[in-house]
This record gives sequence, structure tokens and C-alpha cells, in this order.
Amino acid sequence: MIAHALFFYFFSIIAILSAIMVIVSRNTVHAVFFLILDFISIASLFILIGAEFLGMMMIIVYVGAVAVLFLFVVMLLNVSEQKLSWFRGSRKTKHIPIGLAVGAVILLELIVVVGGWQYRDTFSETKFLNFEKDFTNTHAIGNVMYTEYIHLFQISGLILLLSMIGAIVLTYRKREGVKRQSYFTQVGREREDSIKLVEVESGKGINLDD
Amino acid sequence: MIEIGLGHYLTFGAIIFSIGTLGIFLNRKNVIVILMSVELILLAVNINLVSFSIYLQDITGQIFTMLILTVAAAEAAIGLAIIVSYYRNRGSVRVEEINEMKG
Repeated sequence: MIAHALFFYFFSIIAILSAIMVIVSRNTVHAVFFLILDFISIASLFILIGAEFLGMMMIIVYVGAVAVLFLFVVMLLNVSEQKLSWFRGSRKTKHIPIGLAVGAVILLELIVVVGGWQYRDTFSETKFLNFEKDFTNTHAIGNVMYTEYIHLFQISGLILLLSMIGAIVLTYRKREGVKRQSYFTQVGREREDSIKLVEVESGKGINLDD
Repeated sequence: MIEIGLGHYLTFGAIIFSIGTLGIFLNRKNVIVILMSVELILLAVNINLVSFSIYLQDITGQIFTMLILTVAAAEAAIGLAIIVSYYRNRGSVRVEEINEMKG
């Protein structure tokens, strides 16, 4: 019980502090780093409370996809007056210490989560939050997700497809001067377009340019 | 204080939610931070859903959390695509310079 309280306060204080840092930090790259720290802290809280599948899912989806997407866009757009000095910069770069600090806190949290897993049974003495012991969380989610909520599941797949198409449509631009293969012009080429039979009088020759 | 119950998790979610809303309208820098604040708000909603789901011993809340996760990923992708195409046209994503539709 006391272990639950300790872990809860540890993760939630880190999560709240990093959420504040997301909105107040002047550099957008630092904000993305703190967003990653926030995601991982809250995923640890989910694991702590008993929703293990969602915690892992949050790490995969948010940290692995969304935060990296943010980082890509921030570095692509050159906001916050970043120079080209990202890793091998000439002047002092303040990204690397912040990134290292965030990484160290994340490592600490992972150690706490993995090391605290042996005290899992002591958490269930809390009156409010108790676990199903014989039935894993993933099993329980899978039982209802593919039966009762199959329509919502498939519609969420459609939403993902739609967002993918939308993102491609929004950012696609046609480049000029790029040679690319066009099957329709290749296949639709007629004999009359490319071959012309010319009667050449002997001794005169022909001008091929016209 | 020691006994962690539903109220602690709900308070935590409320704090994250308030930080997210503050981040939206205190922001004067760029639009990307606003998108991150929206992510924080969705995260707070997820915290509420998961803690109620554990408290009521009902798995439905976690299913809805997964759906919100999907929507958040889609929203981030679309929003960042809009920001990229805006930056390509205007050359800036500063909040105070985006006022073409102000009227």
C-alpha cells in the first residue's frame, strides 16, 4: 500500500513537472523531449494501476510514433531559431544536456517499474484499485475488443487510413523537372506517332529535323 | 494521503488537463506547442478513463482509451501535415503571424 503511494507520487510528480516544462520551455525541441518524458511517466502510472496493455501501447504509439513525428516536424521546420548545428555544432548546443537529462529520468523510471514489479501483489490491498489475478489485462481487452467492439475497432482503422491519406494529400507537391515513368504514355503510344516512312530520292538525301 | 484511491488519479488527470489548456492559450510561440498541449489534454482524458475503468472493474474504459489513442495519433498526423504545408506557404509558424482568417 505504501509502495503504491510512493510509486504514484514519484511518477505523477515527474509527469506534472514535465507537463509544465512542455508548455513553458522556450525551445520547441526541449518541449518535445519533455513531452516524451510525460508520456513515459503516465504510461508507468497505467502499468502501476493495472492497465498494463494500455501502458505498453502508450509507449509504442505515443513515444514511438507521435513524439518522433513531432520531433521530425520541429527539426524539419527550423523553428525556434535552431541553426544547422544540431549534433556537431560549432557553438554551444543546449539540446544534448536536456536530452541526456530526460533520458536519465526515463531510465530511472524504467528501473523503478521493472524493479517494483515484484511488489505487485502488495498493491492489490488497496480498497479501490484491485487487479484480476487470473486473467491478464491483455486477455481481458482482447476478449471484448474483437467481439463486442469490433465495429469501433474497424472504424478506428478507417480513421487511421483517412489520416494517412489526408497527411499525404496535404503535404504532397508535384516537382518540376523530374523524369518519371508514365505507363499510360508508354502503353498508349501509337505507331503513327513514332514511325514515319519517307521516300528518299537517291542522291538528294532528306532533312530529318522537321 | 497514503491510501491512493480514485480521487488521486482524478486529481492528477485534472492537473494535466489544466496544464494542457493553459498551454493552449498562454502560448505565443509556435503552433506545434499548441498541438502538444492538445496531446496533453487527450492524455488527461485517458487517465480519467483508465482510472474509472479500474475502479469500476469494467474493461470498456480501456477500450475507449485505445480508441482515443487512435484519434490522437490521427490528429497529430493531420495537424503536423497542416503545419508543414502552412510553413511551406508562409515561411513561419508563429502564432501571432497566423491571422489571415481573422476577418
